[in-house]
Amino acid sequence: MTDQEHTNDIKLFGMWVYLMSDCVLFAGLFAVYAVLGSASFGGPTARELFSLPYALVETLVLLTSSFTCGLAVVAARHGKKNRTLLALGATLILGTLFVLMEVSEFSQLVENGNSWHRSAFLSSFFTLVGTHGLHVTLGLIWLLTLIITLLYRGVTPWTYGKLQLFSLFWHFLDIVWVCIFTFVYLFGVL
Amino acid sequence: MFGILTFSAFVHGPVETGGQLMVVLGTLAVILLLFYFKKWKWLWCEYLTSLDAKKIGVMYLALAVLMMLRGFIDAMMMRTQQAVAVGQGSGFLPPDHFAQIFTAHGVIMIFFVAMPFMFGLLNLIVPLQIGARDVAFPFLNSVSFWLTVTGALLVNLSLVAGSFASTGWLAYPPLSELAYSPGVGVDYYIWALQIAGVGTLLAGVNFIATIVKLRAPGMTLSLMPIFVWTALGSMLLVIFAFPLLTVSLALLSLDRVLGMHFFTTDLGGNAMLYVNLIWAWGHPEVYILVLPAFGIFSEIVPVFSQKKLFGYTSMVVATMLIVILSFLVWAHHFFTMGAGANVNAFFGIMTMVISIPTGVKIFNWLFTMFRGRIKFMSPMLWFMGFLVTFTIGGMTGVLLSIPGADFQFHNSLFLVAHFHNMIIGGVLFGYFAGVAYWFPKLFGFTLSERLGKCAFWCWLVGFCVAFIPLYILGFMGATRRLDYIDPASGWHTLFVVAFIGACIILLGIFFQLLQLAVGVLQRKQHKAPEDPWNARTLEWATTSPPAVYNFAHLPEVNGRDAFWEMKQLHNAHTTIYTDIEMPLNSSLGCSIAFFAFCIGFGMIWHIWWLAGLGLFSTIAASIVRAHIKETSYLFPATEVARIEAARVHHTQTHL
Repeated sequence: MTDQEHTNDIKLFGMWVYLMSDCVLFAGLFAVYAVLGSASFGGPTARELFSLPYALVETLVLLTSSFTCGLAVVAARHGKKNRTLLALGATLILGTLFVLMEVSEFSQLVENGNSWHRSAFLSSFFTLVGTHGLHVTLGLIWLLTLIITLLYRGVTPWTYGKLQLFSLFWHFLDIVWVCIFTFVYLFGVL
Repeated sequence: MFGILTFSAFVHGPVETGGQLMVVLGTLAVILLLFYFKKWKWLWCEYLTSLDAKKIGVMYLALAVLMMLRGFIDAMMMRTQQAVAVGQGSGFLPPDHFAQIFTAHGVIMIFFVAMPFMFGLLNLIVPLQIGARDVAFPFLNSVSFWLTVTGALLVNLSLVAGSFASTGWLAYPPLSELAYSPGVGVDYYIWALQIAGVGTLLAGVNFIATIVKLRAPGMTLSLMPIFVWTALGSMLLVIFAFPLLTVSLALLSLDRVLGMHFFTTDLGGNAMLYVNLIWAWGHPEVYILVLPAFGIFSEIVPVFSQKKLFGYTSMVVATMLIVILSFLVWAHHFFTMGAGANVNAFFGIMTMVISIPTGVKIFNWLFTMFRGRIKFMSPMLWFMGFLVTFTIGGMTGVLLSIPGADFQFHNSLFLVAHFHNMIIGGVLFGYFAGVAYWFPKLFGFTLSERLGKCAFWCWLVGFCVAFIPLYILGFMGATRRLDYIDPASGWHTLFVVAFIGACIILLGIFFQLLQLAVGVLQRKQHKAPEDPWNARTLEWATTSPPAVYNFAHLPEVNGRDAFWEMKQLHNAHTTIYTDIEMPLNSSLGCSIAFFAFCIGFGMIWHIWWLAGLGLFSTIAASIVRAHIKETSYLFPATEVARIEAARVHHTQTHL
């Protein structure tokens, strides 16, 4: 192992440890949702509010972005700069689309008078899904800096290490979203 | 422009003004003294921007000592109030101020004394014990430290502007909700802990990576010193427990700022959810603090008994069992919630079960001492003081774990006495023992043993005099957090005794400060040898204090007591050295903490532009740091050779 590979290896491990703690953070929010999800206090319930097809499209968009992110890592491993950038560009677009869809869903809810003020159920819904959305947003900022770095420096062991860290984070957000889709939307509507 | 921060926030009652002046004048005095002695550049280059784990460790210890003085002043004020506020007298503290003091005391002692104390020792010792040159992520280490400082700063700033929470140290809702605590106190609490908590979490990630990835060649997991094992256990708890603190505080904050309904009394909120969440962090937190203390004792007892540790494997197993079990006992903090007999029985039994691995550890230490040649130096005295006080605390803990009995003890002074028994007798004595043991290694000079023993006896006697009355008072029905004692209760005498105990502890602190001052003044006369205690682990295999690179050659490890085996073998060292890669200083660590401070202060006082600016700057600074390619420099081999040559000379003059 070269020095850079060694550093990358340690950073990758640190990222795993951090993601495990982030996982506990989401576990906490899921637990809160499990407790308060039925506390609609006379207001609208999950069944009345959520649209399964919309959430499914969101899911597909995010899953596809995860796939393109995986393609970027594969391309970078083969040292192919343009393909890496192309795949990351697609990830950026899909990720942004996901955030926009979520923002529009949220604003729709608020416009109809179903904001987080309405009930404990809605408070926990906005917080759980919003925290995931915030993670994705931060991930997009990260991705943007990554694309710029790759544009200037090309695929080197140093930039490849950064790409690996990002892809780990991005896949993690994907898994969290699958849980949100299942427990919040699917179980909520069914 | 300044949100809800107005001039009236700076106007306080007479006693609070005293605290306010202390903070302002103390800060001014330090700043002026640094100018007077022209030490700013030295401080900036050698400490504030340093990424050296040893320097960061020393700063952590300094923070802990400073905050301990603050927290102890709070303790003395409470003891005084309870000793004088009886009958006609109402004491010198109005109820709201008294409530702020007991809140601040708890918060400071746990988050800004015990935690920095632990991280200080971890930074100083873990890399040395595993034969590494630094932690895995030196820059992250600096960020962690400065975020902790930011939290401490916010707590103390509440003395100057506004007030602190008057809710008790865990800020239970609905009392901590906006409806019942409309001031900024709870917001100070939330943001101080949130920011310090992020620092702690990052430090946890850092130390796990350090211990897993940076061990010296040959040091398998089963050859790690016990202190490193307990540090690993403690850090595992950090990364699994601290996110829950983040969640609980974030939700409380959302309730207060955005008007959500997690813990409110209306619209479906559930206050007990907060209590569950925060104790799911809070109980592991106790073990986060005490596991490293156990580790310290496991290093000290073999060295001062001149034997190898009894039961290494069972020690490791016990540590890891505690890590797991500590997540299964949280509900014993609120048996009175009404969860039902079955839930209470489960948590009661789990609480009793967790005392088993702890008991294993106690017996291991005892068997290590058995037939050893015990040297009664101050680290060993702290250990024996711990053994007695911690065992008493453990037994009262088992009493509290019985739900039926707990219904009586809940919220009483019996509980207060119990957890002080664990935190002072367990955690604090452990850290003091660690400082007494490692001081010569870390600073290169020895401390007066006589003053150290005086400090120990004052602490031990003072502790017993201060807290045994609280057990008795608890049995008599006295609840915690009383700011007035009814003379008809017959409790007054015992409160006075407890006050006297606190004064004896004060004497102990005085001796500790004196010991430090005398040590610093006479440091030239009392140079420490490399291995003053005839010790067994790797940190003693290098110079006192260790050079910036820790080890000129990374040590090869073949056994559990790596240094002990080196000493038996008398291996000749090669004098051929190579350049060593070390991290460059960075001012971005304290910058990021400053931006985090802006976020916190902005959120507390509703200065939204400041909070936004802080957030933007934090992200920008992180991006800048991620794209700096030159983060390390080469420490030249010639310089290593010079230092190591001087070291041989130094060792020889001592022999």
